Amino acid sequence: MDEQAWLVLEDGATFAGLAAGAPLRGFGELVFNTSMTGYEEILTDPSYAGQIVTMTYPLIGNYGTNLEDAESRQIQAAGLVMREECDLPSHWRSGESLRHFLSERGVPAIAGLDTRALTRRLRSSGVLMAAISAPGEAPEDTLAWLRERPLYGTTDLALAVSTPVPYAWEAAGGEPRGQIAVLDTGVKFNIMRVLNTKGYRTTTLPATTDAADVLALKPDGVVLSPGPGDPEKLDYVVRTVEGLVGRVPILGICLGHQVLGQVFGAKTYKLKFGHHGANHPVKDLPTGNVYITSQNHGYAVDGEGLRGGAEVSQLNLNDGTCEGLSHRALPIVSIQYHSEAAPGPRDNMYLFDRFLELVRAGH
Amino acid sequence: MNKPSSVLIIGSGPIVIGQAAEFDYAGTQACKAMREEGVRSILVNSNPATIMTDEGIADVVYIEPLTVPVLERIIARERPEGLLATLGGQTGLNLAVALHEAGVLDKYNVRLLGTPLAAIQRAEDRELFKQLLEAIGEPVLEGETVTTLDAAHATLERIGLPAVIRPAFTLGGTGGGIAYTLEEFDRIAQGGIDASPIHQVLVEKYLGGWKEVEYEVMRDGAGTCITVCNMENLDPMGVHTGDSIVVAPSQTLSDRDYQMLRTASLKIIRALGIEGGCNVQFSLGPRPDVTAWEPGERQALPYYVIEVNPRVSRSSALASKATGYPIARVAAKIAVGRRLDEIANAVTQKTTAAFEPALDYVVVKIPRWPFDKFPLGDRSLGTQMKATGEVMAIDRTFEGALQKAVRSLEVGGRSLLWERPEWSNDGEWPLAANDERLWTLMAMLRRGIEPLAIARQTGIDPWFLERLENLVAMERRLLSEPLTPALLRRAKRMGFSDRQIGTLADLLPEQVREQRQRWNIRPVYKMVDTCAAEFDAATPYFYSTYEQENEALPDGRPTALVIGSGPIRIGQGIEFDYCSVQAAWALQRAGYRALMANSNPETVSTDFDTCERLYFEPLDEEAVRDIIENEAGEGEPPASIVQFGGQTAINLAWPLTAANLPIIGSDAEVIDLAEDRRRFEEFLQRIGVPQPPGSAVTSIDDALKTAQSIGYPVLVRPSYVLGGRAMEIVEGPQELIRYMSAAVELESGRPILIDKYLLGKEVEVDAICDGAQVLIPGIMEHVERAGVHSGDSMAVYPGVRLRPDEVETLVGYTESIGVALGARGLINIQYVILRDAEGGPSSIYVLEVNPRGSRTVPFLSKVTGVPMVEIAVNIMLGRSIATQGYPAGLWPKQPLIAVKAPVFSMAKLIGVDTYLGPEMKSTGEVMGVDRTYPGALAKALLASDLMLPRNGAVLLTVADRDKADALDVARLLHGAGYRFYATSGTAALLRAIDIPVEQVAKRVAEGHPNVIDVVAGGLVNAVINTPEGGRGPVRDGFQIRRAAAERRIACFTSIDTALAAAQALAGGAGYEVLPLPEYRSPAAPGMSDAR
Repeated sequence: MDEQAWLVLEDGATFAGLAAGAPLRGFGELVFNTSMTGYEEILTDPSYAGQIVTMTYPLIGNYGTNLEDAESRQIQAAGLVMREECDLPSHWRSGESLRHFLSERGVPAIAGLDTRALTRRLRSSGVLMAAISAPGEAPEDTLAWLRERPLYGTTDLALAVSTPVPYAWEAAGGEPRGQIAVLDTGVKFNIMRVLNTKGYRTTTLPATTDAADVLALKPDGVVLSPGPGDPEKLDYVVRTVEGLVGRVPILGICLGHQVLGQVFGAKTYKLKFGHHGANHPVKDLPTGNVYITSQNHGYAVDGEGLRGGAEVSQLNLNDGTCEGLSHRALPIVSIQYHSEAAPGPRDNMYLFDRFLELVRAGH
Repeated sequence: MNKPSSVLIIGSGPIVIGQAAEFDYAGTQACKAMREEGVRSILVNSNPATIMTDEGIADVVYIEPLTVPVLERIIARERPEGLLATLGGQTGLNLAVALHEAGVLDKYNVRLLGTPLAAIQRAEDRELFKQLLEAIGEPVLEGETVTTLDAAHATLERIGLPAVIRPAFTLGGTGGGIAYTLEEFDRIAQGGIDASPIHQVLVEKYLGGWKEVEYEVMRDGAGTCITVCNMENLDPMGVHTGDSIVVAPSQTLSDRDYQMLRTASLKIIRALGIEGGCNVQFSLGPRPDVTAWEPGERQALPYYVIEVNPRVSRSSALASKATGYPIARVAAKIAVGRRLDEIANAVTQKTTAAFEPALDYVVVKIPRWPFDKFPLGDRSLGTQMKATGEVMAIDRTFEGALQKAVRSLEVGGRSLLWERPEWSNDGEWPLAANDERLWTLMAMLRRGIEPLAIARQTGIDPWFLERLENLVAMERRLLSEPLTPALLRRAKRMGFSDRQIGTLADLLPEQVREQRQRWNIRPVYKMVDTCAAEFDAATPYFYSTYEQENEALPDGRPTALVIGSGPIRIGQGIEFDYCSVQAAWALQRAGYRALMANSNPETVSTDFDTCERLYFEPLDEEAVRDIIENEAGEGEPPASIVQFGGQTAINLAWPLTAANLPIIGSDAEVIDLAEDRRRFEEFLQRIGVPQPPGSAVTSIDDALKTAQSIGYPVLVRPSYVLGGRAMEIVEGPQELIRYMSAAVELESGRPILIDKYLLGKEVEVDAICDGAQVLIPGIMEHVERAGVHSGDSMAVYPGVRLRPDEVETLVGYTESIGVALGARGLINIQYVILRDAEGGPSSIYVLEVNPRGSRTVPFLSKVTGVPMVEIAVNIMLGRSIATQGYPAGLWPKQPLIAVKAPVFSMAKLIGVDTYLGPEMKSTGEVMGVDRTYPGALAKALLASDLMLPRNGAVLLTVADRDKADALDVARLLHGAGYRFYATSGTAALLRAIDIPVEQVAKRVAEGHPNVIDVVAGGLVNAVINTPEGGRGPVRDGFQIRRAAAERRIACFTSIDTALAAAQALAGGAGYEVLPLPEYRSPAAPGMSDAR
């Protein structure tokens, strides 16, 4: 029989549920994601490091998990909150159930609680620190423990999730058309998969790699990856990118976009509860086209401070926040959302093509 | 694109299987959208029972037949700049194509708005669509579009059996099917070629056991595309999606699968050039351990594109209600040039229509089939849709949503616990798809059969079966464990009703409810907000669940609850949704907060902006009491209105009264007095209104005694009838014994009514009563003599053949009944008039009194201009007829004639006899309105597809009692140049009056040419076949009628209808085409442009 567990919020609120993952405590910043599919991609997305994810869709685990859909080598989220856990998955690609997947990797989860009430709470309070209790633990003990944990954003999560050593993935189908360096501050595998499919070899580099070392690889382009945490903590990455701007075509995605924003003088700020979902409309200002995007970020670029030729190129239709940057002269593409999808709509793969055109024009 | 200043909106016509109330919802939304855009809307529909044809919805309303000549006259008169054709179902789309082909659009410079014609044709023409898919690299099934049986055979040789045959341009897959044998293949292919208006069918490889998944997508003129929703069918490929249990969003698709199909959908609508809404259907590879399959050699993707609907559809109505995203409204705005990001999201009022809804609940749709009315019909489900309506339920688990949907079906109070007795023992399970398969699956799981084993036999994904197994496990716990708060809460979270829990835990439903309240286990209500709570939304659209937080908090203002009518079914159609919506609006105008409870996703009543708060819930006692208690909070419970939601709502009168919950309008006592045969008889005697002799009986002996004393033929029916269910005319004791043996079993406990059957003129009156006075908007006379269910009769307003003294008596009786009953609100009375042979005063008898809104309320409201529902609602709120400014008595006769005609869906219901009798069979209705009776009649016939062509041939085979009347019909048709085929008796009759006739064999066994050859061979344009008395299976007659239904030619089974059709033909069929209100004002000279 399932053991009782608690979700405890920093403000003292508690939600009773049933333990549905590893029998451990977990803590992190509590966020909600409105994607109806893609829990495995979300759990393995390094941008969720340090966060507990509430899935707003109530039935989670229906199609199990498999190794192909993982976006990194491990579960990155600190915990998972669900309304209803499915422990008997049904899918021909499913290897293990979600519960097994979580338990094997030491990640706690809780199911059976009113996730909509929780989401409405987060919507009005903004994100909160939270903890999942160990099974059977009293919620007061969990709360006391939570209050001793560091706050989200005070540690360098990007560094923690970055690859310690460079690694290369080969282009699909023979002779590569070029090489792309990926600065890993929490990269999702699908970024490399897409580039490989389009004929490029990728070299994924630790977040601490400096500009000279990046350029020493003679890349045809550089991708600044997504990742977790407060972008303003990443001064060393900002310095690296300053050394790359103008010397090589750059694609900035999510955290990479926030880094680029800082390079061009903009500030970043924390959103109340962030954008986490697969349904965010983004308007491309030059064309007026609207795209549905996959999003996962808690910080945004304040377009006001941009200088040096960079300008806001895309806006979020829901709240008007900056979703993309372009540069009047330099080969830079920068977006706040996830063109690599996984999970979410694949409508924005064109951005890779736009970037690769710049890459090819650079020859 | 510049915005047009005026648009013509084509409605979908009568409700038929495959085209139901969803298009009233779509059309109404389109009209509202046009008003918001400042575009003048001109609406045309032949169906009066719709909200869209209300004069407040569109700017100009025509209730006219949907034919090219009529539409051309409307276009010539109104000169709309644009035509909106993608909101009126297949009917609207086909008419737009026909108007284009006839050159009408070009002639009057009418722009087709929204999806261009070329795109429609590319999507609808199977061959063009296949070419397009191949060009963009989307996987398409092996198959071929053919127009002849020979070509079909050639294709079959390539692809092999089993094969699917899909006719082009037909509704709900009419005429298609799956063939497993060569014989079946020939039959279905020929049927499909006949059914398709362009005689084209697609013959394809059959993908048995593959998953069926749909995407609802939108594209604007600037090319922005979004998906509103995806849906997964519980029933795999092979069952029409309209007949499938459907779940939204998909449950067994990984993100990779979901996005693969989403990407394909958008690619397809871009390639087609859709501007508006579109539905894309896919077949997705199943679990290979359930159904074995190999990716095809020609492509590696694990799916096929099955078809698209380049328009708003039944699925898009479902998707709108499932997500809160108003597809029809947005599609209409796109059609007049708006971009998605320029259209506000009406739900959040903060964001725009350019987004994709995120659901945080599960939606289950279950079709509502008519087999409770047609027990002898073929219940099997395939590619041809058979459901008349559907229910939807929302919850936070699949189990909860499924069980609520089952409760919403209203099939004899059947929960998932129901089993057919013969299923249990012999180990044979009827697993082919039919309307009862869900219950079969539950029964198998109860007996320990493994989900995977069932999956392998049915192709249903094991995920669904595991969820059903969860329900079975809970059933076992409820049977064996003591009921604890934890167990009860868990059961409620899985959607078990108090009644089900009571059955399992050996308690009365009321005891379960009390226990629940003691333990504080009550539902909370959550909002459908399109965004999974990400934004603060303003939609007042709620569903119940058993969780922590309640979002539908009570509100102190005066409030009333309108109880809707549930799924569309035969006998309870869209008319009641019309009444419910009107009631909500009337409450609002009177300053009340209007609440609506309903379970039908197709309707206007479940549009979230129809009322202050919408509860999408089953319409049973438990759910309605929960809603009322939630609204009451700590204060007074709001009153309920039960008289507009058909029998569904009226059935709640007693339970609500017993629970001390207030009802406004005629109360449970009035309803009981009208429905309890014995009490009603005493009541009528007391006020001196005659009734055909008869009584209520509970045994065969009593039945025989009663019939003996009143004399045969007798009309027998169960008490508490809905749409004349199981009503029969019985000619003798043998038949009566047969009826009673079957019927008592059917309606255990409740009596059977036996009345003298009076063969007279039937008349129907709808009236409004305030307890002291009665307003009678109009009297309707039936074309068919008594014995045909009023819902299947043609009705004429005003009674053109009624004498003034008869009208006076009818008015007098109606007033006395209304006042003496103490009715408050609407009341419907059916009378039969027997004329005196010597010309003396007629005898008038009351057949039935229904103290509620009837099927004819929208028809009568529209032709008389009397807002019947609004007056009734105001009476309920305490305002008399007089204070509302209306006179008592009969409302002045309008200077028009209106004919209401029933419409049937018989081609889709195999094995169902089409003859008209006391049991209702029609699915919808049309109205013909004109200055003259022949004009109105001609339009009613045109609109119901019964108008005889200008010349042709007819098969005449009539019962002896109808032979005299048949002569009149024959003379009229002969005069119009008709040729005749007849069976021996009828042929002799025709020869006697010098009408040439070709005699054909009556019995199929008598050789050729026989009656069936004549019909099936297409030698005649119509059949007039009136059955002999008696109910024994009249096999030859049955076969003639079925042949006519399948050949889609008019079949008259009442000599009265045939006579009307012949008169209309002989009358030359001239008619006017005017906006509805103009018929009500006296004709100005020279206005008529009758042809």
